[in-house]
Amino acid sequence: MSAPLLPPLQSVFSPAGASAGAIASLSWVLIMGATLIFVAVMGLLAWAVSRRAVQRPVPARLWIVGGGLVFPALVLGALMVYSKLHTPGWLVRPPPGALVVGITAKMWWWEVRYRDPASGKEVVLANELHLPVGQPVWLGLSSADVIHSFWVPALGGKVDMVPGRVGHLMVQADQAGSWRGQCAEFCGEQHARMALHVVAHAPAEFDAWLAAQARPAAAPDSGLLENGRAAFLAQRCNACHTIRGVAEESRLGPDLTHVGGRLYLGAGTLLNQPGAMAQWVAHTQNIKPGARMPSSADMDTDALKALVAWLEHLK
Amino acid sequence: MKFNTPDGLPSSLPRPPGELERLERAWKAPEGWRLLSAVNNSQIGLFYIGTALLFFVLAGVLGLMMRAQLALPDNTLLSSQTYNQVFTMHGTVMMFLFAVPVVEAIAVYLLPGMLGARDLPFPRLSAYAFWAYAIGGIAFFCTIFFGVSPDGGWFMYPPLTGKEHSPGLGADFWLLGIGFIEISAIAGAIELIIGILMTRAPGMTLGKMPVYAWAMLVSAFMIVFAFPAIIAGTLLLELERAFDWPFFIAARGGDPLLWQHLFWFFGHPEVYIIFLPAAGMVSMMVPAMARTPLVGHRAIVLALVTVGFLSFALWAHHMFTAGLSRHAMLFVSAASFAVAIPSAVQVFAWIATFWKGRVQMTAPTLFLLGFHFIFVLGGLTGVMVAVLPFDWQVHDTYFIVAHLHYVLIGGMVFPVFAGLYYWAPVFNGHVLSERLARWVFWLMFGGFNLAFFPMHISGLLGMPRRVYTYAGDLGWNFLNLLSSIGAFILALGVLLFFIDAARTVFKKKVAHGNPWNAPTLEWLPQEDYGMRSIPQVNTREPLWDRPTLVAEVVAGRHWLPGTHSGGRETLVTSWRDAVPQHLLVLPGDSWWPLIAAAGTAGFFLLLTVAQVAIAFACGITAIAAILIWLWQTDTPPHAETVEVADGVFLPVGARGMASHSWWAMIILLCVDATVFASLVFAHVHVSMAAEVCPPPGAKLPDVFWPLASGVLLLAGSAALWGAQKMLGRGGRAAVWLLVPVALGCVAAAFGLDARGHQLAGLRPAANAWSATVAAMLGWQGFHVAVLLLMGLYVCARVWAGRLRIDARASLDNTALLWHYVTVQGLAAMAVIYLMPLF
Repeated sequence: MSAPLLPPLQSVFSPAGASAGAIASLSWVLIMGATLIFVAVMGLLAWAVSRRAVQRPVPARLWIVGGGLVFPALVLGALMVYSKLHTPGWLVRPPPGALVVGITAKMWWWEVRYRDPASGKEVVLANELHLPVGQPVWLGLSSADVIHSFWVPALGGKVDMVPGRVGHLMVQADQAGSWRGQCAEFCGEQHARMALHVVAHAPAEFDAWLAAQARPAAAPDSGLLENGRAAFLAQRCNACHTIRGVAEESRLGPDLTHVGGRLYLGAGTLLNQPGAMAQWVAHTQNIKPGARMPSSADMDTDALKALVAWLEHLK
Repeated sequence: MKFNTPDGLPSSLPRPPGELERLERAWKAPEGWRLLSAVNNSQIGLFYIGTALLFFVLAGVLGLMMRAQLALPDNTLLSSQTYNQVFTMHGTVMMFLFAVPVVEAIAVYLLPGMLGARDLPFPRLSAYAFWAYAIGGIAFFCTIFFGVSPDGGWFMYPPLTGKEHSPGLGADFWLLGIGFIEISAIAGAIELIIGILMTRAPGMTLGKMPVYAWAMLVSAFMIVFAFPAIIAGTLLLELERAFDWPFFIAARGGDPLLWQHLFWFFGHPEVYIIFLPAAGMVSMMVPAMARTPLVGHRAIVLALVTVGFLSFALWAHHMFTAGLSRHAMLFVSAASFAVAIPSAVQVFAWIATFWKGRVQMTAPTLFLLGFHFIFVLGGLTGVMVAVLPFDWQVHDTYFIVAHLHYVLIGGMVFPVFAGLYYWAPVFNGHVLSERLARWVFWLMFGGFNLAFFPMHISGLLGMPRRVYTYAGDLGWNFLNLLSSIGAFILALGVLLFFIDAARTVFKKKVAHGNPWNAPTLEWLPQEDYGMRSIPQVNTREPLWDRPTLVAEVVAGRHWLPGTHSGGRETLVTSWRDAVPQHLLVLPGDSWWPLIAAAGTAGFFLLLTVAQVAIAFACGITAIAAILIWLWQTDTPPHAETVEVADGVFLPVGARGMASHSWWAMIILLCVDATVFASLVFAHVHVSMAAEVCPPPGAKLPDVFWPLASGVLLLAGSAALWGAQKMLGRGGRAAVWLLVPVALGCVAAAFGLDARGHQLAGLRPAANAWSATVAAMLGWQGFHVAVLLLMGLYVCARVWAGRLRIDARASLDNTALLWHYVTVQGLAAMAVIYLMPLF
């Protein structure tokens, strides 16, 4: 299949690293093998049906033992060995030097936790996974409510996130870029709108990014932003959302400390472009019905404007 | 077998006057609205097929709604809530209300004719199974019109389907509604197993039995061992929802994966339960269409049996991404590879049969070829997903949606449509239109591939399953649009088929003859009574090998050309060699199965909507109806022996291990034991997961209680065994005495067991360990309640003089259950005490 037909964002065939790459080439082998066998069997069937010549005795044993037993046994045996050799490694604990990232799925978003190398403190983010290029990353995967499944095709296979268990997955991006992933286990009303974006940076760039994410929220530098900060508290947004340096009492919803800098809003629902934040805050329930956040269209217009401006400012 | 007639046939000419009229009278179908009381397979089978096809259409419409929603990105045609209900119902209805019922329905309709039986051995059970399914299924489907359908997927994974995340009624409708439709599937399976093993025409040894009967036999056995797991699963989940017993709640020691094990232990065999009967039909149609015997008959039978066994080792391949151990995954992956081999054997045997013969290019052949195309492709993608790393990528994506529709529509719907074309003349003598069939086939085949082939690609491009919408910038738009167009073309083909079918069904009945020149017995002339006389079968293709057979059968020259008792009768033959054993007198039409089914359905459905009083009224009605229906059975034989062929005298009815009801009871106990084993599995699973067992706060009862309870259980069984012995010596008074003693023992045994747990402070809501203990205790309690009912019933039979040395099935079958309950009780106590030792 030609590359231009395949958008690289969430495809099995646009691997970001070695293990997804191994699966992609294995997939091509499987597809080509299956196609070959399919065409051959259909050819045989067509021939069998269309023959109008005089009956020829059929050695039943040849058909049944040859076609039904020996042929599949050989193909399947070879395939079993081949796939065993090409199965990406499966480690029980993180290798030394791996970056460890915790991801907890919630209805219907992703909490992503790093450890800040400077302070040793946990840095809680949402809906974006950033990776340093060329370094193994060990993902610890869990769920806070129902079963979800972590799946970024460009990084490799999926792992279910089952309450009461911690799953894990080794990933590595060998090139800079961004990809998309999506919850793969049906998890309720908004299963369809539970995406995650992956960004791989050069190592130095990644370190800078993490250091920036570890910092508390930017201070408001205008009256409008001051009003926005006040509106956040007045609306009790902090009953669910933490913004480090502003309000840290609840983690029911995504951490918004650097929400303005995210690629998407609402777990991949809206591209974070001008206007998107206002739309999201005012019409949450129209955009993502059932999401655990109420629409705020009935807010005072000026307060809403200020709130949105402030959130967009939090980069 | 040699007969004294001049030409060696079982019965001689002339036939006595009035013989045929008596036969007709005994089997005459009720007319008008009384048809609803019919129990004969030829009526029930038709109702059953019609209802199953109705659900196929209804669930198909739900599928079209999904495709309409997904035709465009960010579409708002269906809301997220509606879509989730629609996809849940589509899967549930297709699997539980169409796929399994339709294969059982076709078997109930076809098998008696194919085996040479006048009817299957439990006609009233068939009627009950059908009505329970029809009434319950329709009520269940109607929830979609009120927006209260389940919305957690047909796989119903907790915790999403637990009370916390699904507080509404939808999940309860699923659990209670589907739970009892499963009971109907099991009733059908018991009927089919006993029918296939005990009522074949004389001479039809297992080696000469049609492949379709083999397929149904394997499939029915699979139902017996697979469905109990889901019955146990639904029971546990409903207990969790209703009483907060935390089987699947991780915070209290439960495990969401426990459900997945139970569900897929049923769910994977389920796929083969659906596919094997279809494969059996293919093995009947291919030789007829190719005008040559099936190549590799033995190999195909062996393949069917192998698939039956292997399919129970595969369930965990639905859980490759759930974090199982690596060794378990490699084993299941290898088993998933291996299951391809018996399917390959069958495919090559069919191709070889086509090769050997001269193929008639008729409607059934077209659908058979379509089946090969779709099924082989689906099988190959099945091998692909058995490869672990590939599955880690495509699991729960549209690739799987494509795969499962290729194997299920290819493996089952196309053969069923081939079968509808092929066997339509059995119904009223008319073939469906060959000209329209070309249209139907190409619309269905083209539409199907257009709908489902692109899904392989959208899956590989990252599209997950069960999404109500998708963003427009992921490259899935065009593929989804193609799928939606294909789905509507497929639907058009199905619609055209039903138009033609409706046209044909209402034609006047004519003799069907043998339009395809097929070799098997269902093509003998059939009336309400089945065939005029039951043929002596000497080969696998009796109609090809003995061209005079039709005339002989119609002239009454074969077995049992009339009725001796004046009622409905069929021959029971030995299970392997089909040597005639005895004459089985069958019950006639009755309203009681219908009333019992309506009561059962009412009980479960009304319980769901918390109409407890009416629900229990329905439940009592059901039990009363079943007791009345049973009361009329188990009658003494009308004669010692009867002449079923010239000079061949057979006893009437049979007792003990020779009786059909004894074996049906044994199969029922297999079901029962498998449900119990599933509960034990749940207990072992949560015990192993607990850090200490029993967990903090829970404790085992003092060992006195189970010991005393066990002794009483054994005493009860001994008393019942004594009752059986005494009845054999004609001592009815002793039965009258010993059964109540046994009842007292078993009730006291349960009381002691329960009291022990009560003293130990058993609180099922506290943790999963206690919940599983309570579940096993409750299961035993349910059985004790059933024994009380049956024990009193036996006493009533004695009192009424109906329990006799020659009519003793009531006591013998009760005793079977009794001994089983004893063993089950002892096993449950042993498991609870042994687990902490590990």
